[in-house]
Amino acid sequence: MVAGGMEPAAVRIGVRAATAAVLAFLYIPIGVIVLYAFNTARSQSWPIAGLTTKWFGVAWNNPDVRAALANSIKAALGATAVALLLGSLAAFAVHRHRFFGRSTVSFLLILPLALPGIVTGMALNSAINFGGDIFGLSFSLFTIILGHATFCIVVVFNNVVARLRRTSRSLVEASMDLGADGWQTFRYVTLPSLLTALVAGGLLAFALSFDEIIVTTFTSGSEMTLPKWIFNNLRIPNQRPQVNVVAFAVVVASFIPVYVAQRLTQDRPHNPRAV
Amino acid sequence: MKTGARVSGVGAARDDSETRPTVTVADVGLESVRKNFGDFTAVDGVDLEVGKGEFFSLLGPSGSGKTTCLRMIAGFEEPTSGRILLQGRDVSKLAPYDRDVNTVFQDYALFPHMTVRKNVEYGLKVKRVPADDRTGRATEALRMVRLTDFDDRRPAELSGGQRQRVALARALVNEPRVLLLDEPLGALDLKLREEMQIELKQIQQRVGLTFIYVTHDQEEALTMSDRLAVMNKGKIEQVGTPADVYERPTSSFVAGFVGVSNVLSAGVAQRIAGEGRSFTVRPEKIRLAASDEHPQPEECSAQGHVQEVIYVGAHTRYVVELEGGGSLVVLRQNLSSSSMEALKVKGKQVQLIWNRKHNTFVDDATLDFDQTDGSGKEKR
Ligand SMILES: Nc1ncnc2c1ncn2[C@@H]1O[C@H](COP(=O)(O)OP(=O)(O)OP(=O)(O)O)[C@@H](O)[C@H]1O
Ligand SMILES: [Mg+2]
Repeated sequence: MVAGGMEPAAVRIGVRAATAAVLAFLYIPIGVIVLYAFNTARSQSWPIAGLTTKWFGVAWNNPDVRAALANSIKAALGATAVALLLGSLAAFAVHRHRFFGRSTVSFLLILPLALPGIVTGMALNSAINFGGDIFGLSFSLFTIILGHATFCIVVVFNNVVARLRRTSRSLVEASMDLGADGWQTFRYVTLPSLLTALVAGGLLAFALSFDEIIVTTFTSGSEMTLPKWIFNNLRIPNQRPQVNVVAFAVVVASFIPVYVAQRLTQDRPHNPRAV
Repeated sequence: MKTGARVSGVGAARDDSETRPTVTVADVGLESVRKNFGDFTAVDGVDLEVGKGEFFSLLGPSGSGKTTCLRMIAGFEEPTSGRILLQGRDVSKLAPYDRDVNTVFQDYALFPHMTVRKNVEYGLKVKRVPADDRTGRATEALRMVRLTDFDDRRPAELSGGQRQRVALARALVNEPRVLLLDEPLGALDLKLREEMQIELKQIQQRVGLTFIYVTHDQEEALTMSDRLAVMNKGKIEQVGTPADVYERPTSSFVAGFVGVSNVLSAGVAQRIAGEGRSFTVRPEKIRLAASDEHPQPEECSAQGHVQEVIYVGAHTRYVVELEGGGSLVVLRQNLSSSSMEALKVKGKQVQLIWNRKHNTFVDDATLDFDQTDGSGKEKR
C-alpha cells in the first residue's frame, strides 16, 4: 500500500486479480445459497426456474424453524452474557495484577480458540455426562450455553485486554489526581473507554455462538438450534428451499454484528479476533 | 535570549526570593526521599522545601529522577524511604485523591470520551460540587486559560496548545494549593512554547499557586522560576535562584548543564587564573580582543584561535581553542556586526579577556557535557 505508486502495472493487476479470486472463492458459494433461496422450484438445478419470496413465508411459519431460531437466540444471548462477565473479569485480573503464572492464565484463556471444536465438544460431552451422574446435570439449553461460552469468553477477553493495554495509565492517574476514588475512576473513565470493546466483543461472541454446530452437537442433546436444524434438513430434498432461506437468514444475522464490531474497533490494530 | 527578556519582565519579583522568610512552614517538603525500582535507585535522598506561591523548577537531564519526584508528591508512587510533607503534614502514605495537589501531565491525559467542559468539570463532579457551582467555576477556569467557545469539542478535535490549556484548566478549577507540572510544554513547538511560558507564569502569579515545574530545558527553568533545583542521577546538585545557579554554579555538572559549560580544568586554570582549581566563566562575560591588547590587572586573559563561528541572529557564538589546551565559548551581541563580519574572524588568532570576578570555581569532577551542548536555544 505504501509503495503503491512504485509497483509496475503487471504486479498491480496481478494483486488485484488475486484479491478478486479470493473474494470470489469466499463469497460465490454464499451467493449461490442466496440465489436458491429465491428459487421457485423445489429442486436445486441450474438455471433456476424463476424468482419468488414464497419460501420465506413457508420457513417463517414452520414451527420447527421458529423453535430452533428461538433456541439459537437464547443460547447466543446466554453465551454472550457469560462471556462478557467472565471475559472482562479475566481481562481485568490479567491486566491489573501481576501474579504468579499470569502469562499462563492468559495462554490458557486463549487456547480454546485454537482447540478443535470436535475436541472441545467431546470433552464437554464427557463432562456433562459425568456431571449428570453426580449432580443430575442434563443436556439442555444451559449446557449449550456452557459449551459456547468456552470460546466466546476468549473473544471478549481479547478485546478487553487489547483496549486496557491501549488505555493510557495516565488517564487513570489523572482521574485519581482530580479526586476520584477507585470506583469513580472505574465508573467514569475506565468503563466508558472499554464500552466499544465490550460491545464489539459481545457482538462477535453472539455471531460465533449463533452459527456454531460442532460443540453444539455434543452439548445440546435433543435441543434444536438453527445450525443443527439446517444440518438435519439438508438431506431432505423437499426441505431444500427452506434450508436455503434459513441459511440466508443466518448469513444476514452474522454479517451485521461482525460489521458493527469491526467498525467499533477500527483504527485499532493488534486485535486479532476483531478483524 | 528572547524568551528570557520577555518572561523575566513578568516575573520581576524574582530577585528578592533569596530573602524569603523561612520561618513559615513550607508548602511542599521532601525529607531524605529515596525511591528504588528493584535494585535501581531513581531518587537518591532528596531534601527539598518549596514555599507558598513559589514557582519552583526541577531541572535535569533525562532519567535524573524529576518525574519520579513529582509522582511521589502527587501520590502515584510511594517513597521507598523518607517523607513527603504538604503544609507540614506527612502525606507519604495518602492516596492521590486525598492530597491537595493537582498534576498537569506531559501527555495531558485528557479524557478522550468527554468534552472539554466535562473534562474541566470532572474534578468538581467527583467531589460532588453542586452542578451550578461547577458550571461557574469551569467557565472561569476556561476563561483564565483563554479557551472559551470550545466547550463541546472533544480533546481529539483540539490543537496541541489548546489541549495543554484544557489540561491546565482541568487542574486549576480545583483550586489546589500546589500544582505539579511535568514538562507541560514539551510537546509544543517553539513559538507556542514561548507564549505558553508567559501565560503560565502570569496565571501562577495571579492565582498565587505554588508551582512545581519539571523541565529539562535550562532556559525555560531560568526564565520562569523563582527558584530551581538541578538534579543529576537522582540527587539534587544545587538549589537556588536562577541567578545563583547560573552565575554561581557549585559543581561542574551544574555549570555544564545550565548554560554553556565553559569549564576549564585545574591545569589550564593554574596558567590562566593563577589558581589550581577548575573554574567556569559564562560566555557572555568574555570579550574578543586583539592578541596584542594588554589586559587590566583585574582581568584574566588567554590566547587562542577561533575554531567555530555560529551566527544566531541576535548574537554570535565563537568557539575558541586556547593555546595550551581547553576551549571557551564566547557569546557576543551583534550590536553592529553583520553575519559577514562575524564569520570573518574564523581561524584568526584572538585574545580572550574577562574580569576575574566572573570566575566561578567548581569541583573538579569529570564533565559529562559536550562544550557546544547545553546552550539550549540553538539545538531546537
Ligand atoms: N516504574 C519504573 N520502573 C523502573 N524504573 C523506573 C520507573 N520509573 C522510572 N524509572 C527509572 O528511574 C529513572 C528516573 O526516571 P524519571 O522518569 O524520574 O526521569 P526524568 O528525570 O523524569 O527523565 P525525563 O526527562 O526523560 O522525563 C530512569 O532511569 C527510569 O528508567
Ligand atoms: Mg520525566
